[in-house]
Amino acid sequence: METAEKTLDEILSLAAAHFKVSRERLSPDDDFFKTLGIDSLQTLDLLTKLENHFRVELPDYELQGVSDFRTLAGKIQARL
Amino acid sequence: MNSLAAGWKGEALSYGLRDGVIELALHRAPCNEIGSLALEELESFVHALESLKQPAHALIVYSDLKSGFCAGADLRELYQRSVQMEKTKALAGVRDFLERIHRVLNVIDGVPFTSIAAAHGVIFGGGFELALACDLIIADKMARFCFPELRLGLIPGFGGIPRLKRDLGNAVVRDLLLTGRSFNAVKAQQIGLVSQVVGEGEALRAARATAAQIGKFDRHTVAAAKKFIKPIPHEELRKEIDIFCELFSRPEVEAGLRKFVESTDAQPYLP
Repeated sequence: METAEKTLDEILSLAAAHFKVSRERLSPDDDFFKTLGIDSLQTLDLLTKLENHFRVELPDYELQGVSDFRTLAGKIQARL
Repeated sequence: MNSLAAGWKGEALSYGLRDGVIELALHRAPCNEIGSLALEELESFVHALESLKQPAHALIVYSDLKSGFCAGADLRELYQRSVQMEKTKALAGVRDFLERIHRVLNVIDGVPFTSIAAAHGVIFGGGFELALACDLIIADKMARFCFPELRLGLIPGFGGIPRLKRDLGNAVVRDLLLTGRSFNAVKAQQIGLVSQVVGEGEALRAARATAAQIGKFDRHTVAAAKKFIKPIPHEELRKEIDIFCELFSRPEVEAGLRKFVESTDAQPYLP
């Protein structure tokens, strides 16, 4: 089973690769909407990428109000 | 070598015949929302099907836009209609729109050959309903399906519930409709909605390969098989229009549409 820290690290790497930003620019407590500058369609893309990568289902409503990578990692960790 | 014959290009969509397959391409930004213009062009496509279907053995519906297959009904247009028109007229307009789109989707549903939706990205609401009218859905792994209508105080109005119920059953309808959540292509394949999941950007190629295979079957047999296994749920489709119109006349719908139109939220499809 993945640890919470490993999950968080994988999310940061995945987001950096998908949105083509440097991994070093992303921090666990960043507001990913601001840091990545993503819109609603790209938010869906990120959700799908995460689900495919971790092989989990993340109901959209569980992510409402989630804007930082650390909380997002917690939501994923709870479904691993 | 590919050949494109009898082609037509409009503002919202294009269609033509390619290697015995009718291809309907959607291409109206931002994500192929279905409003008056798209409906008119879909009606023109359905009219043209009469002459296109003679030499064809399959139909592929796909989107030329990166954003996705189709984000559903044009809610901005619906909102404008709702606030600018007198309520009785607005409701009559909505009913007319629904009856017209139902006629279009019933024709696509019942074409006497195999139809394939090659889907990617956003497949929401009316876009999902368009895909459901097709016999097969081939989705790339970044595809996402959703029925978000309840957040507007509405139910899907383009035939989605009866078709999803026909194809997969009531439990799936309840899950999608009553939670309003979206789900990805892998989940869609697990529940039997999607027939093939392919890599990013590969849905159209896979749909063309599938259509080529289908072309090897006898046309008469395909038509007979399809008529037997895929009846159109006319009674429920009629009921859906009535329920939609009944809900549309409530003030909650205009409030829901306004919230959506003015939203800057990252998940505007959630309540």
